[in-house]
Amino acid sequence: MPDDALSTSAVATDPFADVPATPGAPKPDPILVADGVRRRYGGLTAVDVDHLELQRGVITSLIGPNGAGKTTFFNLLTGFDKANEGTWTFEGERADGVRPHHLARRGMVRTFQLTKALGRMTVLDNMLLAGRDQTGESALTSLLRPLWRDEEAANTERAHELLTRFKLDALADEYAAGLSGGQRKLLEMARALMTDPSLVMLDEPMAGVNPALTQSLLGHVTALRDEGMSVLFVEHDMDVIMTISDWVVCMAEGTIIAEGRPADIAGNDAVIEAYLGIDHGNTTTGEIR
Amino acid sequence: MSWLGVFLLALQTALGFPAASYALAATGLNLQFGYTGLSNFGMVAFLMMGAYGMAISADRGWGIWVGFALGITAAVVLALLLGIPTLRLRADYLSVVTIATAEILRLVIAARPSADLTGAARGIGGLSSNLGFFKPNFIPEGSYGIGDDFVFNSRQLWSMLVCWTLVLLATLLIRAWVRSPWGRVLRAIREDEDAARALGKNVVVYKLQSFVIGGVIGSLAGAMIALDSGSVGPARWIAPLTFALYTVVILGGAGTVWGPVVGAVVYWFVLDFADGALNNLWFDVSDTTSGAFRLTLMGIGLMLLMVFRPQGILGNKKEAFASAR
Amino acid sequence: MSLDRSPRTPHRFTLAALLALVLTGTFFWGSPASAQSDEADAARCAFTKAEAVEANGGPLGQSIWGRLCQVRDGKPAFPEGVEITVTQDGKEVASATTDDAGVFVVEIPGNGTYQVALDTKTLPKGFALTDADLATLGAVKVNLGDQQVTFRLGEDTRGSRDLQDYLTTAAKGLRLGLILAVAAVGLSLVYGVTGLINFAHAELVTFGAIVAFVLNDAGMPFWLCIPFAIAAGCLAGYTSDRLLWRPLRKRNMALVSQMVVSIGLSIAVRNIFLIVFGPNSRRYTAASGQREKDFGLVRLTPNDLIIMGICVVVLIGITYMLRKTRLGTAIRATADNPDLAASSGIGVNKIIAIVWIICGGMAALGGILYGLSVTVTSDMGFILLLSMFAAVVLGGLGNAYGALFGAIILGVMQETSGLFVDTAYKFVVALAVLIVVLLVRPQGLLGTKERFG
Repeated sequence: MPDDALSTSAVATDPFADVPATPGAPKPDPILVADGVRRRYGGLTAVDVDHLELQRGVITSLIGPNGAGKTTFFNLLTGFDKANEGTWTFEGERADGVRPHHLARRGMVRTFQLTKALGRMTVLDNMLLAGRDQTGESALTSLLRPLWRDEEAANTERAHELLTRFKLDALADEYAAGLSGGQRKLLEMARALMTDPSLVMLDEPMAGVNPALTQSLLGHVTALRDEGMSVLFVEHDMDVIMTISDWVVCMAEGTIIAEGRPADIAGNDAVIEAYLGIDHGNTTTGEIR
Repeated sequence: MSWLGVFLLALQTALGFPAASYALAATGLNLQFGYTGLSNFGMVAFLMMGAYGMAISADRGWGIWVGFALGITAAVVLALLLGIPTLRLRADYLSVVTIATAEILRLVIAARPSADLTGAARGIGGLSSNLGFFKPNFIPEGSYGIGDDFVFNSRQLWSMLVCWTLVLLATLLIRAWVRSPWGRVLRAIREDEDAARALGKNVVVYKLQSFVIGGVIGSLAGAMIALDSGSVGPARWIAPLTFALYTVVILGGAGTVWGPVVGAVVYWFVLDFADGALNNLWFDVSDTTSGAFRLTLMGIGLMLLMVFRPQGILGNKKEAFASAR
Repeated sequence: MSLDRSPRTPHRFTLAALLALVLTGTFFWGSPASAQSDEADAARCAFTKAEAVEANGGPLGQSIWGRLCQVRDGKPAFPEGVEITVTQDGKEVASATTDDAGVFVVEIPGNGTYQVALDTKTLPKGFALTDADLATLGAVKVNLGDQQVTFRLGEDTRGSRDLQDYLTTAAKGLRLGLILAVAAVGLSLVYGVTGLINFAHAELVTFGAIVAFVLNDAGMPFWLCIPFAIAAGCLAGYTSDRLLWRPLRKRNMALVSQMVVSIGLSIAVRNIFLIVFGPNSRRYTAASGQREKDFGLVRLTPNDLIIMGICVVVLIGITYMLRKTRLGTAIRATADNPDLAASSGIGVNKIIAIVWIICGGMAALGGILYGLSVTVTSDMGFILLLSMFAAVVLGGLGNAYGALFGAIILGVMQETSGLFVDTAYKFVVALAVLIVVLLVRPQGLLGTKERFG
């Protein structure tokens, strides 16, 4: 049970023992630190985060009602959108103004809300693509097969291992477009792991997935943490968050309104108000795209 | 003309230089469009670079190798100049900018003030005598073939031999490329460039490489057309030539190794056969009508292909199905 | 969806500046354009095919023919012994010299595009080209076996322009810009609601012009033809959506593939027009007998005023529709976000169908007005297409007001550039503007930066 795993690890070394449940709270060993990140579209400020630290080796959830700016914040951190102002570091090195592929190579990998399975490529090719620092990916060396044959074989082996773990091994030679929605989510997660990341950022990995598969996806997410990776994921479902998160960050209207352990957040008035006030009161706000 | 004659005449074009030069140009376009998803609607500009590189070299007496070098260099410069600004933008922009630039270049080349360099509207002639393209031709004079309609002379055979050899070399090179991890990145970019980015690939650099390589192959095709015809003028390098190359690529199977070759052969056969058939059935036809009819056929063919068989002749049905999802 | 992440990187500016410099260089490298020669002189020198056959003493056969003629002291005079050379792709095809009546007939192997050059050294004393640069006619198309060409002889009238000439050219540019705007709005609206760059938009433009011509030719008064042709255009727009684009959208066809389909459609329809309409350019009855009137600052024909009036009224109408009506709001919402629009209860397919109807009608009107101001040809839309693309991108892809704005800027620039650069570079200016704008401001002049997420 994930709950047991969480509680035992928490007892052994609770990284949040001295961390106050307030927005912008400093963490003992942050993998990502963001400062004054702002993104405006026309007159609308979609993201306005003063300070945020993500603890290494835990699962942090980013929650908030529709239109809270979660995905935009995600896009900013991963280099897919450009912030108007703000700085952030990843593994102690500057990460703002860095292009997304550089961040990916430094170990920050992300998935997308709408899955981006590469349809006209096989599942195996999807996996192999993600392999890091491939000799065969340079235009010149790619023509000399002996230079990359062994590397390719090793990558293939690792890809098959990951596919087995995600129960996709039987589909390795199928085109990715033929997979079901849930299988695509799994493929995207497996593909992200193929890059040997230190921080995995999942944008609503459970959206549109049937309940049975949700459990399996949750299992995979906790497994990532148990292997020493840090996880940040965007999620709506409070039950899911309470089950697996070590730490929860809540955004509303672009700013961080609360931070804390799942238990702290569950009783937080600002969070409840944000969810009830926006989700049910004014539906026309819409998601910030 | 007998129906056998119509058939043989169509076969002659389909195996001859026209198909060879289209196959070469389409191989370049296939790398860009078929494998990388770059909608370059100004492919003809790269052919123009190759043709004028050769013609200018002939005009100045610099020789055939300088001609190739000039064309290739011009194609690389053009690809970088177009690619660096537009390959960062949405795909729509590339299509609009390339078609526009191809037309700009053609107008600039054809304009009177350019006469010293390009011969303006008159163009440049005398390529074969200045460059000695036919000098190494070891095929003895005479005509080779069957009957009166399927005949090649020695010069035609030489052009065919050189051009089909280039097609083979280019195709084998592309084959090695697209089967490597490098080609895998290109295909990933075609499918979804943000996914490739998120996995650490420098998308703009790959697109640029594909654009440059495809452009260089296109310039070789242009140079071959110049060498074969012996003269270069601005009238040939218009947008419909690019569209014909698209038809070839899609007909053969976009994103397949041998698609451009098969596409070029079938394209020329069908067009010439239809031409001959039209003349047989409806002999009172003027040249304008016949040319227009031919293009109408190409246009309808392109539409029907795209709608009903987007994978072309060689494409994988499953893969095409995948693209529709 | 990808996104421009660094819109103001230094090297984009450098590139833009470089390109602008190169292109400006090529413009000024050209010499000033020739002014229009006296219409009366042209009339005195008129030459018909019947006269040519008579002068030739028999049928012309496959040839390029014409007569050199210069009005001296009010009377036409004909230079003898002038050499005319025809070339194709750099190869000389044939040449001929003018006879004592100034007539030349150069035999050619068949239809095709040729270059025709007059050897100015062989011109007798007292004869000269009005524009020495026009000694070579770049692309003479021969479609029907034989083709007449004209070299203008007379005094060199270049370089004597006053303020009125400049303003008149600017006004003609405005006229072109307004026509372009009317024709291009549909292209932009369709792109906005469906994401399709429709190459076959060109043929919607031609279609309107041809329908109006056919009705006009059958005896219908020209001004009455306009509403009928617009209705036909609306129908064509609707039909193309219903029979082609809507099914393709339903199949989830990729936009690039749809673009290729539109190219196929464009080529096919354009050539069908060529077969049906013929290769010649035709004029509406209302286009004849137009004389420029002096309005003080500018000289314009009555048609110019009517054309600009119609354009302004229609453009104001469409702007009002987009801004103030429920339909306009729905169109803009669909362009912004089809999913959102769908969830708020607007039938997206219905909106798209309406946009196609508007698109077809506006394109037809644009085609008719362009045909009225120039001529009607089977490929007129295709010739306008690059300018329309340029206008739409200049203003901002998918932004309807952007298309209006872009078209007007482009039209004025295209025409007035003829005052400063070689007229051969007129279209080059339009295209160069487009590329420079893309480099510096990829979202277009009125476009807002794309949202991402």
